[in-house]
Amino acid sequence: MKRLKDRMEYRPLVSLLAILLLCGIISGGSFFKISVVDGHLYGRLLDILRNGSRYMILAVGMTMVLATGGTDISVGSVMAISGALACSIVDQRILLGLNGNVFAAVVLALGIGAVCGAWNGFLVAKLKVQPIVATLILMTAGRGIAQLIADGKIVTVTSDTYYHISGGYIAGLPVPMYIAALMLVLALLLTKKTAFGLAVESIGVNADSARLAGIAVEKNLWLIYVFCGVCAALAGLIESAGIKGADCNNCGLMIEMDGILAVAIGGTSLSGGRFSFVSSIIGALVVQTITTMILAFGVAPEVIRVFKALIVIVVCLAQSPAFMSKLRGALDKKMWWRKDEKEVQD
Amino acid sequence: MKKKFKIDNISLLIAVVLLVAMYVAGAKMYERFGSLSTILNLFNDNAYLIVVAVGMTFVLLTGGIDISVASTLAFTGVFSAYLLEKGWPAGIVIPLVLVLGILVGCVQGYAIHTFQIAPFLVTLVGQFFMRGMCEVISTVSIPIDNGFYKNAALKKLSFVLPSGGRPKLYYYVFVSLFVVLAAWYVLRYTRFGRAVYAVGSNEQSAQYMGLNVKAVKIGVYGISGFCAALGGVLFSFYTLAGYSLQNMGLELDAISSAVIGGTLLTGGVGTVIGSLVGVLIQGIIQTIVTYQNLNTWWTKVTFAGILCFFILIQRFAAIRADKKKKG
Repeated sequence: MKRLKDRMEYRPLVSLLAILLLCGIISGGSFFKISVVDGHLYGRLLDILRNGSRYMILAVGMTMVLATGGTDISVGSVMAISGALACSIVDQRILLGLNGNVFAAVVLALGIGAVCGAWNGFLVAKLKVQPIVATLILMTAGRGIAQLIADGKIVTVTSDTYYHISGGYIAGLPVPMYIAALMLVLALLLTKKTAFGLAVESIGVNADSARLAGIAVEKNLWLIYVFCGVCAALAGLIESAGIKGADCNNCGLMIEMDGILAVAIGGTSLSGGRFSFVSSIIGALVVQTITTMILAFGVAPEVIRVFKALIVIVVCLAQSPAFMSKLRGALDKKMWWRKDEKEVQD
Repeated sequence: MKKKFKIDNISLLIAVVLLVAMYVAGAKMYERFGSLSTILNLFNDNAYLIVVAVGMTFVLLTGGIDISVASTLAFTGVFSAYLLEKGWPAGIVIPLVLVLGILVGCVQGYAIHTFQIAPFLVTLVGQFFMRGMCEVISTVSIPIDNGFYKNAALKKLSFVLPSGGRPKLYYYVFVSLFVVLAAWYVLRYTRFGRAVYAVGSNEQSAQYMGLNVKAVKIGVYGISGFCAALGGVLFSFYTLAGYSLQNMGLELDAISSAVIGGTLLTGGVGTVIGSLVGVLIQGIIQTIVTYQNLNTWWTKVTFAGILCFFILIQRFAAIRADKKKKG
């Protein structure tokens, strides 16, 4: 068992706790208040878990993709597609034979997510197109496809069953939380209990040597992008269920950036290799906590983007070895007293 | 001597053929499509995108990517509208926003080179930051009521054709055409231009050759920032307003235009003329979609299809080149 401090989850966890603590202090404790209404738990913390579930699910899929040294910038568009498809089916606009069956809609939406992922995987794994460029195609086209599915309208649904995907409760806790937990467990099982995890990591470190070592790089990459597509579709379902409708223009707009941000805060190297799903989930919670905090304290929501940008700057710089060594050099120069210590030691 | 076609030439050639074919097809399908005004409107409506795509080409040529351009463009629009509303003269506002654009670009280039952070990430931060700054300044659209801007928006060359059409070309289009020519000249005939290609082909060799890689990298991002800001100025001539959510996703249009025009995203290969052709292809798709009275989203879907086609061409060309090298 590694020491807590050496684990990847340590740093993001500390920052999450620090931010939560800050929230608690500013709000005088009311941030942590959890009350029971109608047998459900209510409170800011629950809000964070519920609203953050989209980020968490995306972060799980994105972690795997980033761990292979790739990127998937099409997740926002895939969310829009899955939301549009599911809402259109539930509202009986297309595929009337299904009679608006919610279960069938969900399955089909996840299926289309898998298809989108397979397309990305085909470009990346088979044709060896750079991941950014490959997923750029779907990012550009995806919203258009969603619009075509929804026939250019904002599709609203009245089905309560569908709404429960986002707004429901099981044993007092919001449903999206369970979905996020399920995806996390699935991802952990896949990577820890099978050789798949090793394959992901070795592809990220060096795809060529992975191939030479006998890892089926193409097949694994393909699987990874499909998984990411399914995660995105799931997030799209939650988002569209939350607003009881599919807004193709805005569903998941720029969310790929938040997903990458969550993974980056979690400490997964963006150039591939080491990864941890739990870290990324914590990263997603950090992103959501910051958003909730800004909204809860009545700071203008316009500032959120600038604020997030500043955080990513700090995270990026902290991850850059070149910057850290420069910083260390500058500090060494400034901290004359440490020099003295060194001289004394010498 | 017969010049051999290289990868970029083939891709560019296909792009030009496609452009002409689409124009001819459009002219066959619709009566008014074949007129001079269709062509001139392509330039009128896409002047800002042409400028942004030119800046993007510089960055792509070094093997980098700049996804902050759309936000910089929007910021330029919002900030200049804000200053003009406060009564600042256009003569100060325009140079100011252009310098700001260069600064934003250079800072990003500096971070990319010095701290060795992926260009995608750095410019992602830039994108967040600039878009956020737009929203900090104003979340609602600010109209521009400045004499100079209004003049620039309305002054145009009008032609009267014997056939009865009245095609027009706005003066601001000349700005973007000038940018294309200047960029073409810089890339082809100056030391800096050749250094850009060298860095894109192989950064390490460029370094060993004694080229100033740092200056080149900061330079191209500076140029990209400048072009984005200039695009913002042109766009505010076009719309006479500044709005923080303007042109979401424009960076992708600029990148795809460059790719369609034969610029390799791995760097080292490409021309600004190609990017111009890419923008025009996008414009002509938009025109056809409008004529056909379709949902505007078809533009995006069609364009993504074409983009995909060109990426595949590039891939196969690269695979063939690899085989040749080995064989």
